[in-house]
Amino acid sequence: MIMSNGTIWLVIVLLGLGTFALRLSFLGLIGNRPLPAWALRLLRYTPVAVIPGLMAPQIFRLQPDTGLPDPVLLTTVGVTLVVGLWTKNAIWAMVGGAVVLTTLTLIGA
Amino acid sequence: MTTAPILTPRGAFFQGMRHGGPFVLIVGPFGLVFGVVAMETGLNVLQALSFSVVVIAGAAQLTALQLMTDQAPLIIVLITAIAVNMRMAMYSASLAPHLGDAPFWQRALVAYSMVDQAYALSILRFEQEPELSTAVKIAYYFGAVALICPVWYLSTLAGAVLGNQIPASIPLSAAVPIAFIALIGPMLRTLAHVAAAFVSVAGALLLAALPYNLGLLLAALAAMATGALVEIWATRRRGNSA
Repeated sequence: MIMSNGTIWLVIVLLGLGTFALRLSFLGLIGNRPLPAWALRLLRYTPVAVIPGLMAPQIFRLQPDTGLPDPVLLTTVGVTLVVGLWTKNAIWAMVGGAVVLTTLTLIGA
Repeated sequence: MTTAPILTPRGAFFQGMRHGGPFVLIVGPFGLVFGVVAMETGLNVLQALSFSVVVIAGAAQLTALQLMTDQAPLIIVLITAIAVNMRMAMYSASLAPHLGDAPFWQRALVAYSMVDQAYALSILRFEQEPELSTAVKIAYYFGAVALICPVWYLSTLAGAVLGNQIPASIPLSAAVPIAFIALIGPMLRTLAHVAAAFVSVAGALLLAALPYNLGLLLAALAAMATGALVEIWATRRRGNSA
């Protein structure tokens, strides 16, 4: 990673402050006014709107030699997703993905 | 559940701790993963640990790391990672009627330690017995985070130290997609969530050429709107068929 130490610390501190501000927002103001329904509706989808898009370019990156995405990564991610959907448990999904990745790496796929 | 006649703040603290205990099994491994990924990304052990102590939000921390690896500008790293944490404002709003009377320092401490698991446990408990005093509710909340937060710090530290020892032949770079996709699977509870995730992926791929990782922000906005619209549509449809 090409990022200076100073920038890393800046990210840590600013992200900490921003997250704290979000967490304190309503509690700090003792505002019992609920958020409007449309805002709640949008906020509900922020994690599923950000995280898949964040990962997609890496997961589907075309390999220079084959012109296709990396089959090991695709399989690993696919299993992780299916285990997560099936068990509704992120830890089991991580375990499933790690097992597939390790197996595929060991057999040299 | 049998409840004691009068729940003291002390009793509530230990009850919260008991209820929060099992979540250590989720938070611990996730902290390990974050620690390992942080080392992989080029942070040092102190930075990895500080990240978890200052921010305490795994998904947002991983998002920031990924964008730092992608060499996105600082402002994009911050906006995107904070967007992942927008749900915290919802938690804050929904806890405010229960904890709003507490002294400011206590509310600030609640805010600092507000993690998904502690929120979910506490709001469930408070809605079961809304008549509990603010002091008892605060004590329950602090009990719930009393194990979760220290385990988050220590497991990050362990992962960071461990990450240094892992031989280079093991493809740790795949740890990031595994960690993220593992979080997403359980979140895809409704058609609206699935639609939002789909638009997020499609948008990010189509707009990948935009500078400053702006494509991801635009894709995320479109995905949020999609989730909201599909939810409205699904609600109407259910209303009509009922």
